[in-house]
Amino acid sequence: MSIDIDTARKVAHLARIAVKEEDLPALAGELSAVLNFMEELNEVDVDGVEPMTSVTPMRLKRREDVVTEGGMPERILANAPDAREGFFAVPKVVE
Amino acid sequence: MTMLNELTIAEARDLLRKGETTAVDLTMACLTAIDASDPLNAFVHKTPDIALERARAADARIAAGEVPAMCGIPVGIKDVYCTKGVLSQAASNVLKGFRPEYESTVTQQLADAGAVMLGKLNMDEFAMGSSNEHSCYGRAVNPWRRSGDDTALTPGGSSGGSAAAVAADLCLAATGTDTGGSIRQPAAFTGTVGIKPTYGRCSRWGVIAYASSLDQAGPMTKSVRDAAIMLGAMAGHDPKDSTSADIPVPDFEAMLTGDIRGKKIGIPREYRIEGLPAEIAAIWDQGTAMLKDAGAEIVDISLPHTKYALPAYYVVAPAEASSNLARYDGVRYGHRAKLGQGDGITEMYEKTRAEGFGHEVQRRVMIGTYVLSAGFYDAYYNRARKVRALIKRDFENAFADGIDAILAPISPSAAFGLGEVGDSDPVAMYLNDVFTVTLNLAGLPGVAVPVGLNAQGLPLGLQLIGRPWEEGDLLNHAYVLEQAAGFVSKPKKWW
Repeated sequence: MSIDIDTARKVAHLARIAVKEEDLPALAGELSAVLNFMEELNEVDVDGVEPMTSVTPMRLKRREDVVTEGGMPERILANAPDAREGFFAVPKVVE
Repeated sequence: MTMLNELTIAEARDLLRKGETTAVDLTMACLTAIDASDPLNAFVHKTPDIALERARAADARIAAGEVPAMCGIPVGIKDVYCTKGVLSQAASNVLKGFRPEYESTVTQQLADAGAVMLGKLNMDEFAMGSSNEHSCYGRAVNPWRRSGDDTALTPGGSSGGSAAAVAADLCLAATGTDTGGSIRQPAAFTGTVGIKPTYGRCSRWGVIAYASSLDQAGPMTKSVRDAAIMLGAMAGHDPKDSTSADIPVPDFEAMLTGDIRGKKIGIPREYRIEGLPAEIAAIWDQGTAMLKDAGAEIVDISLPHTKYALPAYYVVAPAEASSNLARYDGVRYGHRAKLGQGDGITEMYEKTRAEGFGHEVQRRVMIGTYVLSAGFYDAYYNRARKVRALIKRDFENAFADGIDAILAPISPSAAFGLGEVGDSDPVAMYLNDVFTVTLNLAGLPGVAVPVGLNAQGLPLGLQLIGRPWEEGDLLNHAYVLEQAAGFVSKPKKWW
């Protein structure tokens, strides 16, 4: 499987990582090398095998559906690059 | 005369209990060693004030009577653990300035047991790497050097700062995390001990996520006994981590009987890969002979899907990483890029992540994005998860045949020079993880033990792989190997 420049551009956008146009060929090459290495998996017969989900069969724990924590907006916002009036601030979004 | 910072946890604990030293003295000795260790670049955030405050509190507890084994023990904490009010950046620029408002469960448990945090330790960014070269703090350096050669060597990765700090006696022990070998390979490269517990043994809450189905916290120490002591303090059920196991934590130290007579040790033939260097094959044979001499039965075993573990890992881990690292969007914490005229929210995400993530992290996030994208999900991700099930089944079959532990190499070489394994060929670096990722995929516990030195005077280790939840028995095997190997070498101080 080889990744071309258009695919590299698309993957970078899906991952929301800006990649300069001139860096796309190198990126495509690196991604192709990694994917080629993964091709070995095609040799394995996986018919009838269930994908692994957990180490030991364990039922997911349940708890009461109640509020356990909260009421700390200052602490939630303490690390935000831009917080105003109790909210996270972002550039204007127009859809 | 042994300096206080050179002590093991067990030695320090015994001196503290006898009143022959104090937590403050131990802490001061470590802080002094840390201040003289800048060339190693292991401690990237020093917290002397917190350390001395906790040391004084520990001394008061010790004076008052019965205390846990970790009380007053100075430790280093890998930067991937969230520590309240203290920079926790997972060695990434995208988390620049992040001071968590909360404490990870594991570091909280250590603090509750009286352990003294000395500071935060260098690592590969988001624990992605095998050499500690991918870090916003710059590379960490191994205290060990080849004899007659001052080439700077890698301490391994991703817990490279932890391994370097323990090997250089900057602390008595350190925390690490292991997603694909990140505790065991650095331990092997620095002549230290490290255990990756069974998945679910230690809480992941507050540990910055890389690949959630593989990540496990564990101790990095100077001896197997210390690993047993520290693991006891780190392990345990935590309702805040839904994959944390609700099973009792035994007294691991009490299980170090030194007796493995009649135990069956599996030697997996698939690990004898083509091109395995002679020094690795030799140390593996020596370790096998040591366990045999201790009365264990050596059994040739097959783990037929071993060869596929590495490609499966490099599908599963990046896939999970691409999902976990989606949270770094420049909104809630860390770095946000400066925006240009007319830039909207998409540009904010894309520029923030391009500036904040290092090259290797970007590469893995994009690989993960690709293997999860429409049309490729089944071909890559689901296939890898099925192969993962087969790898786990290989181990289950071996254990069902009565194997008690498996002995294998940790990495295909001793510590290599920084910059020697190229950045342009990611697969060459990934090959370092060929012996370690198997048990992360299977969720099994594994412990690295130093066994000898190579011709260049560098440490070589071996790993023992155990049954799920039987870390105590596994550590006992490791203890026997440690006693038989009698590894006492230390790096010659040059820093």
